[in-house]
Amino acid sequence: MSFITKSPWILHYAATSCNGCDIELLACLTPHYDVERFGIVNTGNPKHADIFLVTGSVNEESRKVVENLYAQMPDPKAVVAIGACALSGGIFRDAYNVYGGIDKVIPVDVYVPGCAARPEAIIDGVVQALAILDERAKERKRQRKMVAA
Amino acid sequence: MTAHAWTLAFAFLILGPLLGALLAGLDRILTARMQSRRGPPLLQPIYDVLKLFEKDTLVVTSLQTLYLWGFLLFMAISGFILFLGGDLLLSLFALAVSGILLCLAAYATNSPYSNIGSSRELMLMMAYEPMLLIVPLGFFLVTGSFRVSDIIAGEPWQVLELGGILIGFLFILTIKLRKSPFDLSSSHHGHQELVKGLTTDFSGSDLALVEIGHWYENVILLGWLYLFFAPLGVAWALPISLILFFGEVLVDNTHARLKWAPTLRLSWWVTGLFGVTNLVLLSLFA
Ligand code: SF4
Repeated sequence: MSFITKSPWILHYAATSCNGCDIELLACLTPHYDVERFGIVNTGNPKHADIFLVTGSVNEESRKVVENLYAQMPDPKAVVAIGACALSGGIFRDAYNVYGGIDKVIPVDVYVPGCAARPEAIIDGVVQALAILDERAKERKRQRKMVAA
Repeated sequence: MTAHAWTLAFAFLILGPLLGALLAGLDRILTARMQSRRGPPLLQPIYDVLKLFEKDTLVVTSLQTLYLWGFLLFMAISGFILFLGGDLLLSLFALAVSGILLCLAAYATNSPYSNIGSSRELMLMMAYEPMLLIVPLGFFLVTGSFRVSDIIAGEPWQVLELGGILIGFLFILTIKLRKSPFDLSSSHHGHQELVKGLTTDFSGSDLALVEIGHWYENVILLGWLYLFFAPLGVAWALPISLILFFGEVLVDNTHARLKWAPTLRLSWWVTGLFGVTNLVLLSLFA
């Protein structure tokens, strides 16, 4: 098992969400849920982050930010889309100005449904992302060895 | 130099980071408990660093890695001198050089966040260096030597003579450990306005170097604190210095961050009021 599963640092970005999901996400850090138990830390810095948590339906403005943040995260990394908006556009799906889903912009690994997504569901999503991260960390190690050889 | 001193110094080089990591882990658990959370496991800082070595390292400029190795090297030298029982002043200067190298590393990366972080860090150095310099001077006036081995062999009541300097040192310890209210150079939490300040542009193994340097620093600062009580014997000195060390966690959790100007003013006031006064009294009566 790689250490990335023991210390996943998250980056949170609200890509045109209504802030409902964001409040649920931040609730995970409060004493009631306390995700720091699992070594999860909320960093605001993409260069320190391992898991990218995105909420909202993404419009042209936030698309650039999402792409930029994703590009700045060092590998191995994973993306979790949170809330109905981030999955498909949610109630804003038919609006003329939204892309409707994070996966229209960057590759998403885990989808957490709900409007708003519950903190338990978000934590579960992050835990599922850990399994993916573990795979990627091993893959990355293999790649590095190949480059060195 | 006795064989015992050499063992201690090499033990610091190898076990120092480990001990520093445990201190950092305990710090995080205590912080969590104060906020009525459970907190991470004790070994969390070690997991964090091992993870950072698994991550890719984004290099903004190749200079940054060089500076960071320098930061780590001088930090280790400072501790090595301290635990060897060598000259306290030399240890202090090595500590200052390592601090400057960290600032240089942050300046080398061009992010505005790390630039602000390092200029704030330089400001903080101006705030704490005078007091840090007074500590060896005070020891010299009491024991007649700058050597750590002589200070340890001093009189048990030296801590009473150095009371003011101890208070001043505890004050700047908060700055050195980057705790609130003085965490303005690195904003303790990454999601605050400075996105980690000094370390904004470091990732992967570079960030791991910074963390390991901080572990060394934890042990060195604990060692300095220990010096005040050292003549009392380990059984007394170690618990007292550990309690004072973790007292910083309480301060951290009960204070909001100050701006740089009040920080500078406050720390110079404390330096003058406790440090310099104590020094003057010592030179008059000792
Ligand atoms: S899924 Fe619902 S709660 Fe979440 S951002 Fe969209 S509208 Fe708001």
